[in-house]
Amino acid sequence: MRDVTKVLDVVGISKRFGDLEVLHDISFQVQKGETVCVLGPSGSGKSTLLRCINWLERPDAGQIYLNGKEVGVSGGGVVMGDRELSQIRTHIGMVFQHFALWPHLTVLQNLMEAPIQVQKRPKAEVREEALALLAKVGLSDKRDVFPAKLSGGQKQRVGIARALATKPDLLLFDEPTSALDPELVGEVLVVMRELAREGMTMVVVTHEMGFAREAATRVLFLDHGRVVETGSPEQFFSNPETDRARQFIQRYSGETAGGRR
Amino acid sequence: MIHDFGIVWSERSLLLSGLGNTTILSVLSAVAALLIGFILTPALMSKKPWLATAVRGFVDGMRCVPFLLFAYIVYYGLPSLGLRLDNWTSGLAALTIYNAAYMAEILRGAWAAQPREPIEAGVAFGFSSLSLFRRIVLPPLLLAAGPVIGNQMIQIVKDSAFLTIIALPELTHAAASIQSRHYVPFAAFISAVFLYWGLCLVIEAGVSTVDRMAAARR
Repeated sequence: MRDVTKVLDVVGISKRFGDLEVLHDISFQVQKGETVCVLGPSGSGKSTLLRCINWLERPDAGQIYLNGKEVGVSGGGVVMGDRELSQIRTHIGMVFQHFALWPHLTVLQNLMEAPIQVQKRPKAEVREEALALLAKVGLSDKRDVFPAKLSGGQKQRVGIARALATKPDLLLFDEPTSALDPELVGEVLVVMRELAREGMTMVVVTHEMGFAREAATRVLFLDHGRVVETGSPEQFFSNPETDRARQFIQRYSGETAGGRR
Repeated sequence: MIHDFGIVWSERSLLLSGLGNTTILSVLSAVAALLIGFILTPALMSKKPWLATAVRGFVDGMRCVPFLLFAYIVYYGLPSLGLRLDNWTSGLAALTIYNAAYMAEILRGAWAAQPREPIEAGVAFGFSSLSLFRRIVLPPLLLAAGPVIGNQMIQIVKDSAFLTIIALPELTHAAASIQSRHYVPFAAFISAVFLYWGLCLVIEAGVSTVDRMAAARR
């Protein structure tokens, strides 16, 4: 029996695209309530790692366990069918770099779509929760608006609320602020910090060093598809073990707009 | 002249049944062409070269054949291959198959222009196969392609007039019968033109509704 206080257990994940090895034998765990920030230069495999967790990318080797249950592979080593994989995916929320809201649905409908259509929960209950989530991200007045009419920061707050609407055990963030104008980054980070404080279990791929430094319980530093360093943010930022990490911290702490917020 | 239109008016039941048949033909083949288009589109974009090439050949082929000629082949040509269809079946089949090629190409273009991420979000949130297509892929696709699909429907209405040559009792056929019976060509054909126009106005109204919905979401 696997340890179930671990929400996520990633064991020896590898992934290649053609000749390029994007991820090499990556393992890490995430305990309940943790905020793990995945850092690393562009092309280091961060997003691919995140996308392997819910099998948007199928890993070539290794296993992923969510609450002790293997993702993507059923008993006997058979790859899961669509239906079974969908069931697991509804326990994992995801926030996308380019928001990926459904353009034909209003803000409120975006939040209600997966809980009603996939999780088959009663509409009245879902609606009430969705309204509460919109209030939480400060967008109650936008509930009947279509996504196209929102600013980037508002879109991403809807994206976060949508990910919360399915009541996931784990929330994945794929560079949630990278597509935003600098002045809009803050409003999204505020929401993410609050979630971290409330004990939501999150894996966050980001270039926001400031956020990683204060909100992360642990930092994972990736380079060329390998975990080069892992540890507490204090240790990682003030006393990195490798030259690669030191260079990276120097570069990004100066550069990112929201770095010192 | 007024007298001529009076004659047409006295034959209005013939004209209206022609209009009814044109409407039935157009609606049935538009719906069928759209559905077949939806089946052909993934094949057009298939990664299997033989499949993509075969469907591409069909689509391009159809778009280069004049519809009149194609209707001749289906009605007069197929019997020599042992396939004999009555005029309604031939007419519907010709109109449907011919326009399915256009619909497939229209949908392929709109599909290719859709952003990937919202669909990926659908997958990540647990939508799969049919529910993914129905709830996440299809609605924005129809909103985007709506005006072009509407255009094609107008084309279908007009193409259906060719089916008079296989004695299908549609609107043009009705107008031609009235004119040959009473020798009132101008009044008979102009009346038909206005009825076609009315039909197209209905389609236009549908298109502008879709357009308004799409504009609200842009």
